[in-house]
Amino acid sequence: MKIQQISVFIENKEGRLKKAIDVLSKAGINIRALSIADTSKFGILRLIVSDNKKAKEALESNKFVVKENDVLVVEIPDHPDGLNTILGYLDDDKINVEYIYAFVSNKTDEAIVVMKLENIEEGMKALKEHNAKILTLEDIKNL
Amino acid sequence: MVWNEKAECMSREEKEKLQIKLLKEAIEKAYNNVPFYKKRFDEAGVGPEDLQSLEDIEKFPFTTKADLRETYPFGMFAVPEDEIVEIHSTSGTTGKPTVSGYTKKDLDIWAEVTARAIDMAGGTKKDRIQNCYGYGLFTGGLGIHHGGYKLGATVIPISAGNTKRQIEIMKDFQSTILTCTPSYALYLAESIEKEGISIEELGLKSGIFGAEMWTEEMRDELENRLGITAVNIYGLTELMGPGVANECMVKKGLHIADDHFYPEIIDSKTKETLPEGEKGELVLTTLTREGMPVIRFRTKDITSLNYDKCDCGRTTVRMSRITGRTDDMLKVRGVIVFPSQIERAILKIEGLTPNYQIIVTRPEYLDEIEVQVEATPSLFSDEMKEMEAIERKIANKIHKEIGLRVNVSLVESESLPRSEGKAVRVIDKRNFD
Repeated sequence: MKIQQISVFIENKEGRLKKAIDVLSKAGINIRALSIADTSKFGILRLIVSDNKKAKEALESNKFVVKENDVLVVEIPDHPDGLNTILGYLDDDKINVEYIYAFVSNKTDEAIVVMKLENIEEGMKALKEHNAKILTLEDIKNL
Repeated sequence: MVWNEKAECMSREEKEKLQIKLLKEAIEKAYNNVPFYKKRFDEAGVGPEDLQSLEDIEKFPFTTKADLRETYPFGMFAVPEDEIVEIHSTSGTTGKPTVSGYTKKDLDIWAEVTARAIDMAGGTKKDRIQNCYGYGLFTGGLGIHHGGYKLGATVIPISAGNTKRQIEIMKDFQSTILTCTPSYALYLAESIEKEGISIEELGLKSGIFGAEMWTEEMRDELENRLGITAVNIYGLTELMGPGVANECMVKKGLHIADDHFYPEIIDSKTKETLPEGEKGELVLTTLTREGMPVIRFRTKDITSLNYDKCDCGRTTVRMSRITGRTDDMLKVRGVIVFPSQIERAILKIEGLTPNYQIIVTRPEYLDEIEVQVEATPSLFSDEMKEMEAIERKIANKIHKEIGLRVNVSLVESESLPRSEGKAVRVIDKRNFD
């Protein structure tokens, strides 16, 4: 299933990242996964959190620009060819990957990858056909 | 609907006859009562007898802001001080302030021209004017106040600032006319939206915005967001204050109260008078001012004049929206750039707010312009390539408008300074020493 990721616009200025994380922490939000894409002027903070609605509200009331979008969270078999195999499924079906970032959980031995795909529906189909494990909201909560 | 039909709708011939009569009196008064003018005219070899036609005004020397500063504070007054009943002053942000003195009759004329301005915006005695121009030495607050009072409308003298209270009063008193700077009107619109108040809950019908430059695109934005008709008011402390000119509902130029102020357009370099319709620097002469006559004041504002009768029925000469000032004109890599051009480009892009700042630097030998605009949810993406495309799109629009490449930076929402008065749009960090 698709998971909602939230993205936050962060100006490349002292203390801004800290401020965003601080807002989330004060709102009692648990961050499951995070990545930052950055340029010299700004960064995009991407987050998978415990409560999107609450996180978005807290950030917006602190004047952050926030956006929600769909990503897939996929479990990667823990062997050297794991990620390559998964990407291969997508590549075979000519599905472009916009970006990925990985995180680990202490409850499972597998690595977990967040993927933004150009065509998420097609991507989901391709991964399901090969029995790749796409995590549900419930799975993520239990990580 | 026209406040003073006789003055505002008389034929051009009648108007010119009136103007030449008043202009003669003004020149005489200045020459006889203000030592500064006597000296100036004598040095230029002209006297009151040299003014026989309106064109003869071109023989007379200009008055500049520097002249007014030199005679600070009361050197330009033409009447004994006990006849001066009110004094205003500029803030002096660019140097020593300039002072303006008014007799009782001057105040009455000021009230008359601002009453015309409010009337042009659809105002009547039934209206409630929320006047958020600053009260005090600044002419904005009291100028509108005098005019609203003359019109018989209800003036809410709330002055500038305290946005929360502005919105509360606007809603509770059902203010119908809003008067402030366009940048503050925008800030009010944002704040109203943020408080979750719909414009239907407010009673606003029009806005009279001025004291800074703005664009047609900004007008659309303000009209849509506040559900009003927005018109442009013009004036300057040196001449009187707001009310020198104002747009009517036709919105095709600002009607100059030309029975009180005589306008000319000059080429700011050659100082020659330009024909009707050509763009140049506006020069104004007071025709009826007693306390402080001002002859051929160089406003530094760039506009053009149109003498055609307006669709509203008024025959007063119209000046076009001010597109720049001879002194806020930026020269970047030899190209002339006005902040208003950049504003126009920004507002052509869906989702961008008119909150922007222009920063000019010269890192080595070449000038660079950075334009900072605020990111909004519709201008933000989780994908870097999208973000780059957005910046490129803005840069391209600006390039089309000014012919120069600029660096666009998206900054966090509401991080640019908001102003309650005149907005600071340009930060020039170049060192010319």
